[in-house]
Amino acid sequence: MFDKHEIALSVKNLNVDYGDFRALENISLEIPARQITAIIGPSGCGKSTFLRCFNRMNDLVPTARVTGEVLFYGQNIYDSKVNPVEVRRHIGMVFQKPNPFPKSIYENVAYGARINGYKGNMDELVERSLRAAALWDEVKDDLKKSALALSGGQQQRLCIARAIAVEPQVILMDEPASALDPIATLKIEELMQELKKDYTIVIVTHNMQQAARVSDYTAMMMLSKEGSRAGTVIEFGPTPQIFTSPRDRRTEDYITGRFG
Amino acid sequence: MNGLFANEDGRFAPRLSLRLRFGRLFQLLSLAAVTLGLIVLSVLILDIILNGYKWLRPEFFTEFPSRFPEKSGLRSALQGSLWMISLTALMAFPIGVGAAIYLEEYAPDNGLTRFIEINIANLAGVPSIIYGLLGLGLFVRGLELGRSVLAGSMTMALLVLPILIVSGREAIRAVPQSVRQASLALGATQWQTIQNHVLPYAMPGILTGTILAISRAIGETAPLITIGALTYIRFDLKGPLDLFTVLPIQIFNWVSLPKAEFQQLAAAGIIVLLGVLFSLNALAIVLRNKLQIRW
Amino acid sequence: MLRKTFETELQQVKDNVLFLGSLVEQAILDSVEALKKRDMDASRRIMEADREINARRFAIENQVMVLIATQQPMAHDLRLLASILEIAGELERMGDYAKGIAKINILMGEQPLLKPLIDLPRMAQKDADMLHRALTAFLDEDVETARAIPQEDDEVDALYNQIYRELITFILQDPTTIERANWLLWAAHNLERVADRVTNICERTIFIATGEMAELDGAANGEENA
Repeated sequence: MFDKHEIALSVKNLNVDYGDFRALENISLEIPARQITAIIGPSGCGKSTFLRCFNRMNDLVPTARVTGEVLFYGQNIYDSKVNPVEVRRHIGMVFQKPNPFPKSIYENVAYGARINGYKGNMDELVERSLRAAALWDEVKDDLKKSALALSGGQQQRLCIARAIAVEPQVILMDEPASALDPIATLKIEELMQELKKDYTIVIVTHNMQQAARVSDYTAMMMLSKEGSRAGTVIEFGPTPQIFTSPRDRRTEDYITGRFG
Repeated sequence: MNGLFANEDGRFAPRLSLRLRFGRLFQLLSLAAVTLGLIVLSVLILDIILNGYKWLRPEFFTEFPSRFPEKSGLRSALQGSLWMISLTALMAFPIGVGAAIYLEEYAPDNGLTRFIEINIANLAGVPSIIYGLLGLGLFVRGLELGRSVLAGSMTMALLVLPILIVSGREAIRAVPQSVRQASLALGATQWQTIQNHVLPYAMPGILTGTILAISRAIGETAPLITIGALTYIRFDLKGPLDLFTVLPIQIFNWVSLPKAEFQQLAAAGIIVLLGVLFSLNALAIVLRNKLQIRW
Repeated sequence: MLRKTFETELQQVKDNVLFLGSLVEQAILDSVEALKKRDMDASRRIMEADREINARRFAIENQVMVLIATQQPMAHDLRLLASILEIAGELERMGDYAKGIAKINILMGEQPLLKPLIDLPRMAQKDADMLHRALTAFLDEDVETARAIPQEDDEVDALYNQIYRELITFILQDPTTIERANWLLWAAHNLERVADRVTNICERTIFIATGEMAELDGAANGEENA
């Protein structure tokens, strides 16, 4: 499917259980590098759970059990010798609600680098990250100001700057624009197009138009079968194909708004 | 009653004026409750101040207790109280915060953890004299610390620990999960996350809880009497192993003496005790406002 | 079913396409009939009626634009609406061919027909029939029928070639008939083009139903003949 693209993440037979409850079932797919892959699907089908498998955030839920493999450039991140802390520096995450630390703008960006023992020039790193997140011009004179004084859209771009300051290869975005107004949303979407030159992006979104606008590939998730609560990927392919001629009837029903 | 608006057709019986009257009635009842409390409290304070204010002279703070009211002071009791507060805080704070962090951030959510949590909550409600008995057995006799200020402080630390742990947990739980996730997602370890984010943001709450717990310790008498704190001390407190007394015990002692002047000394002692308490509470408020982070 | 309002509006657009189709079908049959009978008044009415065809095509386009802008159609809905834009255009062009035949009748003035018309009405009948079934297939998203109809284009092409050869023979025998023969040739050519455009409609129908965009044989041949 991706003759042109290197594979950044390769998911093989992934299952996630919370105690006795199976949340994700038998997912296999490949995420191309330096492309935007969108994960869409109805509420409760496990989109966020799936996204959190890529940086082992599910480890934080005590009852969660992940089986199967997630290969990150060939290395299984669920291998017993891999520590999640290390994974998360290479696979960053931006959350649904902007969640800057209640510290200065500068500190927000510098934090990740500092705890990971960054040896270079911190001022340069902060500027570079803020520029990459298209925020530098708006905040360059207020770096000491509290991050909480920024608008929602600016806060979210700060969170993106914070994520890229630790120089990850992949950025996971969990509905990054759902709390933002349409203009701020478009800014984030534009930014994603810039970021994909350097980063592999995986985005979960409720907003199908957003997935259609920004992504190169789309994964459609749905409960695996009637009565089950386990989600799975039912169709994965290039975004134009998914939105004009999906192969699966359920994808068709969902994206044309006839689901349910 | 017909409404002012045209679409009232009788299918609803709003009884608006009745509902509004009920609202006002309960507003007044609440106001009465507040007023009653305030009046009783002010009468109490006023009575004490009128009784004791003329004894609040420098000698009151510099003299040891004496058989003669005019030569009596609470020098040793004040020293004892301050020593005790400091030692209690020094011991209870790190243990309390540590336990709170463990229970909130590390402990697995299993039966044992819940058992411990329930018991800590229960301990906060145990009568203080029980702690006195525990301190007497464990510290005074078991560790042979004698009736020292150290043994008293350790007893007090035990007494306030449950309160401290509970309030510490509340404060830690109030830190939004999103902040923890943001930090972890950047590749921070759990301790880095706790140290750099959870603790700084929970600190105002933890400090408030600590000060309120300490305030309770200052006013406690029963456990100290149980472990045998003395009532009549005419020497300076020089170290943690010295015998000691505290303000409430001194006040209790004065109250039990027949001479009217001693009653007034007791009132003056209460003013000092209240002063210390209010200052601590004020400190708690100042700390909270100063450190509070608005989300 | 969710999106009931949208469903209703989609159905309305499809109904409008069918109505436009029936107008065009009638115009094709009428134009040849008028030519056959040399009925100039009928031809004038056909030219007049073409305005309505054009107006209806614009109305459909507008309706589709509004639905795209307001309803964000995806997948099948998007293919349907995009195809309707195309189909409405095809129908309007077919209407123009009928109008062209009507115009030929008027331009011929008082000159008699070169020969009695036999194959031209048969072509028109075949066109109308194909168009009718193509639109039914569009409505039902009947892929099988949509694939079959373009095969029949060969019949239309055969009739066209027959008329062509016949008229050439007339011209060779008597060069003064060249103008009258040319008019009939134009009419035949218009009818031949109608069948090609029916093929385009069938292609769209298959695209709507399957998402597959394929050139069907009839159309390819038609383009080469043109």
